[in-house]
Amino acid sequence: MRIIRLPLTALRRLASCLFLGLFLLNGVQMQGAQAGPLEDAAALFAKDSFTDTARAIELLADSGAAHAGPAIEALNDRRLFVAADQTVYFRDATGAFIALISGAKLPAEPTGGTGVRVNNRIRSSINTALGTLTLQAPDPAKRRAAAEAVFKSRSPDSETALQAAIRNEKIAAIRDIQQTALAAIIATSPNRSDIDRLAAIEVLKERGDREALTPLNQIPDSAGANVKDAAKAAAQTITNRLATWSAVQNAWYGVSLGSVLLLAAIGLAITFGVMGIINMAHGEMVMIGAYATFIIQEIIRQNAPGLFEYSLAIAIPAAFLIAGTIGIAMERLVIRHLYGRPLETLLATWGISLILMQATRTLFGPTNREVGAPAFMSGSFRIGLIDITYGRVWIVGFALVVFFAVLALLRFTPLGLQMRAVTQNRRMAASMGIRTARVDALTFGLGSGIAGLAGVALSQIDNVSPNLGQSYIIDSFMVVVFGGVGNLWGTLVAALSLGIANKFLEPFAGAVLGKIALLVFIILFIQKRPRGLFALKGRAVEQ
Amino acid sequence: MTMTRRSLLASSAMAAAAATLPAIPAFAQSGDTIKVGILHSLSGTMAISETTLKDVMLMLIDEQNKKGGLLGKKLEAVVVDPASNWPLFAEKARELITQHKVAATFGCWTSVSRKSVLPVFKELNNILFYPVQYEGEESERNVFYTGAAPNQQAIPAVDYLMSKDGGEVKRWVLAGTDYVYPRTTNKILEAYLLAKGVAKEDIMINYTPFGHSDWQTIVADIKKFGSAGKKTAVVSTINGDANVPFYKELGNAGIKATDIPVVAFSVGEEELAGIDTRPLVGHLAAWNYFQSVKDVANYEFIKKWKDYKKSSKAVTNDPMEAHVIGFNMWIKAVEKAKTTAPDAVIDAIVGVEVPNLTGGISKMLPNHHITKPVLIGEIRADGQFDVVWQTKDLVPGDAWTDHLEGSKDLEADWVNLKCGNYNTKLKKCG
Repeated sequence: MRIIRLPLTALRRLASCLFLGLFLLNGVQMQGAQAGPLEDAAALFAKDSFTDTARAIELLADSGAAHAGPAIEALNDRRLFVAADQTVYFRDATGAFIALISGAKLPAEPTGGTGVRVNNRIRSSINTALGTLTLQAPDPAKRRAAAEAVFKSRSPDSETALQAAIRNEKIAAIRDIQQTALAAIIATSPNRSDIDRLAAIEVLKERGDREALTPLNQIPDSAGANVKDAAKAAAQTITNRLATWSAVQNAWYGVSLGSVLLLAAIGLAITFGVMGIINMAHGEMVMIGAYATFIIQEIIRQNAPGLFEYSLAIAIPAAFLIAGTIGIAMERLVIRHLYGRPLETLLATWGISLILMQATRTLFGPTNREVGAPAFMSGSFRIGLIDITYGRVWIVGFALVVFFAVLALLRFTPLGLQMRAVTQNRRMAASMGIRTARVDALTFGLGSGIAGLAGVALSQIDNVSPNLGQSYIIDSFMVVVFGGVGNLWGTLVAALSLGIANKFLEPFAGAVLGKIALLVFIILFIQKRPRGLFALKGRAVEQ
Repeated sequence: MTMTRRSLLASSAMAAAAATLPAIPAFAQSGDTIKVGILHSLSGTMAISETTLKDVMLMLIDEQNKKGGLLGKKLEAVVVDPASNWPLFAEKARELITQHKVAATFGCWTSVSRKSVLPVFKELNNILFYPVQYEGEESERNVFYTGAAPNQQAIPAVDYLMSKDGGEVKRWVLAGTDYVYPRTTNKILEAYLLAKGVAKEDIMINYTPFGHSDWQTIVADIKKFGSAGKKTAVVSTINGDANVPFYKELGNAGIKATDIPVVAFSVGEEELAGIDTRPLVGHLAAWNYFQSVKDVANYEFIKKWKDYKKSSKAVTNDPMEAHVIGFNMWIKAVEKAKTTAPDAVIDAIVGVEVPNLTGGISKMLPNHHITKPVLIGEIRADGQFDVVWQTKDLVPGDAWTDHLEGSKDLEADWVNLKCGNYNTKLKKCG
């Protein structure tokens, strides 16, 4: 293996005129087996310049030494050090100190060790080197990641290892990635025959996603005209496909934005829509829900780190209860005295909103708080040509669950019946023996609690800071008014249509103009239909 | 990093709430003291950034008093809260100068708050130390800019990304929040990139509203822009609050720093405190100071700060360092002038040199900007920055950029020319 591989590598380097001198020297040294690549690598690591470090990584990767992989991984995690006496060593996964040159365990950590610095350029070299080294790793997930890394780096140095890996690969899906990686190398590196390149372009076209565009756009100038045309045509095909998919992507982004709007607005649909209270502190209930999530996570982090994955599930009832309780307190202490006086309610709830914001600022500090994402909510998957992040899928699902739960609660439970009765005709409901004051408090508590639930979800995508609620209050009112006051279905339709409209406008108009256009549209719409999309009919309207 | 209020409505309410609060003098006794004004928002949106600056000023004043004060007198801090409300900044500035008779004021964060207090400081002839990096294009006799001008942050950051170590970036996304600082900075950067031979179609400029929280489309656009076969980078002048959702979306979309690095001018240690930085390792920030800088003066400062805040988690950042430099310069200038009279101090302070926290000596220049080193840091998994590049010498702050028509002929010099916008072509001031 080694004997065949080295001259090949050297030749390719020669051809590409990169590191020419170094590699000839290196080849000679290899055969002499005196000062090997490991010694050179160690000397280069000690120089503390990114260019030298990058070269050292290549030497290390080509050395074939058993500890080359762990050493490069150590560099990635900043566990590779240069001691005061220039000894280069790293700390392995078990915590032992290994000398880079010999690969032997050191009895103790050498003194004056400073970490070898890493930047993005070095990280790219590390990815390439590790990709090449792990192409044939026993773990399929690692092999797949390695093939993807090689595909991304398109480094001609990986070609031989890649070809060997393709020969040995049993899993077709991974072999496909390896094939495209090989194609990307052939398409972009200099001095290839046009026939090879055309075949490579075909493979890349087959892959057909955005990542495949990059190598297609990097065909060297030396390639024949027909190759360039083929690459252009392939890139055009991919671009066209992507354009079709981008409509799907916009629709998904719209649904996902709509679900955030929906979450923020459901609570308001109850307090404003059903009860008719202009609740300016609604955003702060969302904020309180987010802080509740933060507190739960902090408690879990300190006391039971094992439960972290479930922290959001625990935070959901907690946020609901905390925000709901504060809502009930607000209703009992302030709002109930102001029923039928919308202007005073507006001012009073605004005051409460400011108090809650400043109280949070005093209690938790003005800076953002970190709310972590459990593993099942991070990362993304791919449908066709679009990437969908798990976090957003969960939020869409959560919004729908909350929506239907509220709908069911209003429709099928005694409390829901009483709520509807009280809002439709308070005096008659009271005559029927319903304790309207209690129902008012519970309804407001429910609306606030649901806002708290929204806070749990928003803590995953936005700042957890005292100002969190501010950014959602206007959007929430917009959704409720647009959808039709007092109608939950209207809120759902309004949230989703505003979300989707926003996302289809944004690519053309930009985020700023898009938002303005949407507001103008709503103003015009309200002129035409003052009661929103789904106006309530009948007696409730007269109130 | 100028951030601003999300809604005008909220700001006016905030003003109403804060206007009723009286100024809180830190020392109860009056007597013979020198008063120092601190004009930073302690409530409202900007409290997130400005509260720490108030604290750092209190610490510095406290420390100076322990050393025996200034000109034999104790310093007295006068803290007012302009509540993130721009007009209120001007009112509070007036209150500081006319009622409290402060000798100098340290304050403001957003460019609009600075613009709002400028006429007050000019009219009442007092001194303002402004500690935040800003868009330049300004030099006033009464203001000392201790934060970075564009040539001390934006231009070097772009230079680094164009270099071999930075990844030889050929294609640029200039993303910012829609207001004066990003707009001006991006205008300068665009002119600079075009002059460097970057093609027009290789520059994408994108603005978002304040507090923008849904970044899906823009992140997808960046990904798309980056797949054209040329190394792409994002230069972000996105304001502090919108950054968290932006970075979260970047992490979710799997854009790694090795694919498309993002260099930010408004993201420091404080802003990162609210994010899980593991997916962000390698993204960059350009500042004149990082907490991770290895220097004895910095270690001492961090220790003092942590002791003062009584928290081992307290972080330091660039505008804090700017206040340290500004305060020490003012002390030296007052000692040199032997009076706190603004005119004397304004004359005395130019040329004053004080050590900064990164191992150099910063100097006040005749254009009222200072010399600073430029550092490029990469985000680490622990929320701190690794310095990957820095200028060899300190860079003098340039009030008027050399890269824009209309600005490149202007010069600021308050010693010889006595002018903040001297036109070298027309040979006249104004």
